[in-house]
Amino acid sequence: MMIFLAEEGSQNPLIPDTAELIVGLLCFFIVFGILGKKLLPNIQKTLAERHDAIEGGLERAEKAQADANRTLEEYKAQLAGARHEAARITEQAREQGAQIIAEMREEGARQRDAVVAAGHAQIEADRRQVTVSLRQEVGKIATDLAGRVVGESLEDSARQSRVVDRFLDGLEQSAASSAEATR
Amino acid sequence: MSAHTLLAEAGCHIQHGCAFPAPGLNSFDFKPIFSIGSFDFTKPMLLAILCMLLVVGFFWAAFSKPKMVPGKLQLVGEIGYTFVARSIAREVIGKKGDKYVPFLASIFFFVWFMNIMSIIPFAQFPATSRFAFPVGLAALVFITYMYLTFKTHGFRGGIKNLVWIPGLPKPLVPLIVLLEFIQNVITRPFTLAVRLWANMFAGHMLIVMFSVATWYLLTPSAFTAVAGGSFALAIFMTAFELLIQFLQAYIFTLLASIYIQGALEEGH
Repeated sequence: MMIFLAEEGSQNPLIPDTAELIVGLLCFFIVFGILGKKLLPNIQKTLAERHDAIEGGLERAEKAQADANRTLEEYKAQLAGARHEAARITEQAREQGAQIIAEMREEGARQRDAVVAAGHAQIEADRRQVTVSLRQEVGKIATDLAGRVVGESLEDSARQSRVVDRFLDGLEQSAASSAEATR
Repeated sequence: MSAHTLLAEAGCHIQHGCAFPAPGLNSFDFKPIFSIGSFDFTKPMLLAILCMLLVVGFFWAAFSKPKMVPGKLQLVGEIGYTFVARSIAREVIGKKGDKYVPFLASIFFFVWFMNIMSIIPFAQFPATSRFAFPVGLAALVFITYMYLTFKTHGFRGGIKNLVWIPGLPKPLVPLIVLLEFIQNVITRPFTLAVRLWANMFAGHMLIVMFSVATWYLLTPSAFTAVAGGSFALAIFMTAFELLIQFLQAYIFTLLASIYIQGALEEGH
């Protein structure tokens, strides 16, 4: 394949050969035409589509992730709300319970007081009644006794009651003084 | 006949009284494969057409029926495409650069394939080491650069974008305007073409040099050891060229995108 030009004295290599220039440009235009018009737009489109597919996939994944996050946030918020509500209800119940207990305690105390008061009143009434009947009984016995002793009837009621009262007063006074002394 | 052909046919070795057939400019001139009138069809043209077919064929196989889940070939094509689209167009021009990806990708792969021809057996010649090919591509880049400059900024704004740097002290203005004009309008397209051409030219020259020397020194004598060294260097240069071929295609495309970015940018 060694087919060099016969003459040894070469021309200036910096002067381009016209025929080569034309062939070179022609070749380049064919390359540029086919690559630029068809093949490179082809691949550019495919690369863009692939890019879209990948980007699209990523975007979808991101969107799903965002949705999941949002749902999670919502659930968390709901959960927190429910917890809050539960705490509120518990607190309320506790308050109500305390109130009820206090009320019942108060009611119990009131009832007890009423019972005690009624008891006192009953005792007082009984005592009075006993005192009165005792006084009559003692007076009668005493006058009977005194009448028998004196032989004189002390039937006179006025006198009788006077005598009995004086006796009993004296009795009470002595009892009171003795009580003073023991205290 | 050229020195190389003589070398291969006549067995030109160091001890046969044969002068070293140093490779030179004649290594870059080819006899026409066929001629139509004054039009000579040469090997570099054949390689350029082959590269065109390879680039189109590869991308056709990879991208004609693109799938969401790519096959191996499509994946390789995608890596190449995204390399130009991301690492060059997006990086340099930004979002506005997306429009120019087909242009930049065509340049990158066409240039790269033509460069690679340097080390493909039987081709073994980088088409880009013929100045006409870099010149054509650089001219296209330059036309794009100028077109975008004037389209974006209008006539006055375009001129200003090419030669003006704001905030200069008055006495410096004429000098800077001249320098900017030379740099943007003359040096840029020229260096763009020359950089690619010279790199591929030099690379090919080195590989030919070491290969020829290996053959030349290969005699039943102590020179064989030197021939071995030369051969090792030829192999090393071939591997090294693989890197340079990619790098030069990348730089060419990168500079093209830098010019486009300069044309599109607001102000200067």
